[in-house]
Amino acid sequence: MNQTVFRLTLPILFGYLPLGTAFGVLFATQLDYAWWIAPLMGLVIYAGAGQILAVSLLAASAGLVEVAVAMFVLNARHLFYGLSLLGQFRGAGWRKAYLIFGLTDETYSLLTSRPRTADRPHEQQLDFRITAFNQAYWVFGCTLGALLGELVAFNSTGIEFALVALFIVLTIEQFKALGDAFPIWSGAFAAGIAMLLVAPTHQLIAGIAIVTAVLLGHYRKHRTAAVEGSGHD
Amino acid sequence: MTESYYLAAFIAVSALATFATRVVPFVFFDRHTEHPLIRHLGRFLPAAVMALLATVFLQRSATWSAASPGLDALIPGMLVVVVHFWRRNALLSIAIGTASYMTFQQTGWLP
Repeated sequence: MNQTVFRLTLPILFGYLPLGTAFGVLFATQLDYAWWIAPLMGLVIYAGAGQILAVSLLAASAGLVEVAVAMFVLNARHLFYGLSLLGQFRGAGWRKAYLIFGLTDETYSLLTSRPRTADRPHEQQLDFRITAFNQAYWVFGCTLGALLGELVAFNSTGIEFALVALFIVLTIEQFKALGDAFPIWSGAFAAGIAMLLVAPTHQLIAGIAIVTAVLLGHYRKHRTAAVEGSGHD
Repeated sequence: MTESYYLAAFIAVSALATFATRVVPFVFFDRHTEHPLIRHLGRFLPAAVMALLATVFLQRSATWSAASPGLDALIPGMLVVVVHFWRRNALLSIAIGTASYMTFQQTGWLP
């Protein structure tokens, strides 16, 4: 079984090892904490973009409320991942908590796209191992990066731009998956308004509120259009 | 000592906030998965939030008081977009963008 799981998760290994390493290097070069904090974060937080954002929040000694809001908002896309796995995880017992904890973008895409048999307990066991393998790759990458960052001395000024670059890449990926630029422009517009009107510490919260309002308006328009459309039939 | 308390609290809060986003659908949405509003938000909100974060953090990493205001971050940002549309390799796009930003910050090539 482990061999099957390893083959299935190999693409994730190639993604997580370099990204985990990037986080580790960023952590070790930007912060003064012990190296093992980096893999510890990979173990208990386990979120790529989240951990990279955490480095800049730690560097700024951000307040804990801001940390909670920023992490929640950044990972808000996960809110919708569970929807497609509700049935699959039902009755997984003690494994369910870990399956939910480990539901990263990559694990989600693997679990929702792999072929399944009717043997649900077996499939859940497989899901569990896939999740555990992926996290092991991630924690290994974090460790490797933190040690590298400690050992190799180089001028790391500006390395924090990796976070911005990651957000840009994720935005493009979202755009490609949706084929619709409306949410992208709404997000950028909300950011602009928030940055103009609100102090930096509250900009993310304000931006989220604005963009949610915009999407609610968009939803109402969509619905009205759908109702009118069906009325013409 | 306060330093390590802060770090421990920071990691605990981050872990809980991240777990919360993953567990909410299993606790709350279990009975509402078919509601059109939730499906609508599920479809569009992630893209909007990503664009919001990219914009806010891009603005924060730029030097607006420079003679060429903001270009030290806007050029690397554009580079990420171009390289990503070209090769669609996330790590390559991030590496090139970060390297160019680091170059601007460390050499002061842009006035």
